[in-house]
Amino acid sequence: MAAIFWKEVKSYFYSPMAYILIGLFILLTSIMFLPYLRYGYGLFNDVLGTMGFILLVIIPILTMRILAEDRKNGTEVLLITSPANIASIVVGKFLAVYFVFLVMTMLTFVFPIVQLAFGAKFTVQLIGGYIGFLLLGATYIAVGVFASSLTENQVIAVIISYASLLIMWLADSVSSLVGGFVAKVLSWFSILSRYDDFNRGILGLSPVVYYLSFTAVFLFLTVRVIEKRRWSQG
Amino acid sequence: MIEIQNLTKRYGQITAVKNLNFTVEKGEILGFLGPNGAGKSTTMNIITGYIPSTEGTVKVDGFDILESPKEVKKRIGFLPEQPPVYMDMTVIDYLNFVADLKNVDKKQKRSQISDIMELVKIGDHRNRLIKNLSKGYKQRVGLAQALVGSPDVLILDEPTVGLDPKQIIEIRKLIKALGKQHTIILSSHILPEVSAVCERVVIINKGEIAAIDTPENLSRGLGSASKLTATIAGPRSSVENAIREIYGVKYVESAADKGKEAISYIIESDKDVDIRKPLFFAMAKLGYPIIELKSLSLSLEDIFLQIVTEEKEVG
Repeated sequence: MAAIFWKEVKSYFYSPMAYILIGLFILLTSIMFLPYLRYGYGLFNDVLGTMGFILLVIIPILTMRILAEDRKNGTEVLLITSPANIASIVVGKFLAVYFVFLVMTMLTFVFPIVQLAFGAKFTVQLIGGYIGFLLLGATYIAVGVFASSLTENQVIAVIISYASLLIMWLADSVSSLVGGFVAKVLSWFSILSRYDDFNRGILGLSPVVYYLSFTAVFLFLTVRVIEKRRWSQG
Repeated sequence: MIEIQNLTKRYGQITAVKNLNFTVEKGEILGFLGPNGAGKSTTMNIITGYIPSTEGTVKVDGFDILESPKEVKKRIGFLPEQPPVYMDMTVIDYLNFVADLKNVDKKQKRSQISDIMELVKIGDHRNRLIKNLSKGYKQRVGLAQALVGSPDVLILDEPTVGLDPKQIIEIRKLIKALGKQHTIILSSHILPEVSAVCERVVIINKGEIAAIDTPENLSRGLGSASKLTATIAGPRSSVENAIREIYGVKYVESAADKGKEAISYIIESDKDVDIRKPLFFAMAKLGYPIIELKSLSLSLEDIFLQIVTEEKEVG
């Protein structure tokens, strides 16, 4: 697992990929942050809410190659015929993407620090918001990793991630329209409603468990997809 | 070392591999021969644990691939048809990664990798990106990858495909040298390769084993006659008549005119009779010089074609 983790982290930072995406993320966040600098000190949590959406744009591009590329280049054979089991391969890859995400998130600490330096008041809400953001990132990445396991075509992988994440993003508003059983199912997929709780400073156990289990389920599905394909392919 | 029993692989209606049975002894180099699409790669993918079989068992060193895959995978180094290399890594980074993936001991890692690079002669390219290497060198990096972790068994799927003749000779030499310490299964559709490198050959056709034997036994067992070509200067009919009178000759056929007078003949005789000397004296007596004389032993190529096309000939 460690071998795969480091290999993937290196391949992100040895290529322009990580820098471009981190740069894009910081740029977009800065644009969102500008009004807060100009017109007084609103809570940074509002920016965090928007960052959740920017993340939705960034993560699928980050994850699209993570498994699809191995399949396309034939390096999947190396991984699967090595003594490492498939679960540890998937988790190693997930953690590598998460590491890039973590670097990205830590860079955004500069915004609230600037606010604090200019006299804004520190609130616990900020910490809650960031915990929520880190959990939200994990679920996005898990969905992206899963999408990447479905195909050897990175473009298809990225489209699948966007489609799934958008559905999850919109699930809440759609479920209020339809109602009934469908609404219940949809609201289970609504990653956003839980995220709002964090930003309001409500730090409950159940959303934490929700995000972690959501991540675990998608990683488990990824392992199953790879296992299943081994039985059917030539 | 490797035991394969009743191995079958089906994809829906299609049976890729049907009821394979064979064993490979420790230290043996086994050739896996068959036309394209015969099921060679499928079998190798099953042995290495890349894909599971539909029926049957594969045991390596007593461990079953489905029951204890980790133990089996530890013992196998696999070079698939397409070398599983990361194009954007340098050779040394890649081999380090493979060593970590295969849990090679940290203390041994450095010396083991430099030994392997020495062996497959890629040491000079250690800091180059793999995508910038030629096909032959990529193949070597692939082979190096299989050797990392010093596995007892090496499975090499068409290791010389796409290489130039000089590289082919080098890789073959290398495989022969590796055969001293490893058990090797090597697949190929190139026959001279198998006869040059392997001690035993499995010929596989349409997913089934057509023959298993040493290359020598295969050529001996299948040929019921020995063949000669002789180029003799002299009138065709009298030469042919003279040859027919020699003891043991079964069949004579004039093949091609060479130059003005000389004609090539293909002569088949009983297997245990050497007709070369009587042929010489017979021609000397008639005053027809023999310009060329060559014995045609049945090559593995003939045998292969014979086995693979047997069904058609019967029908």
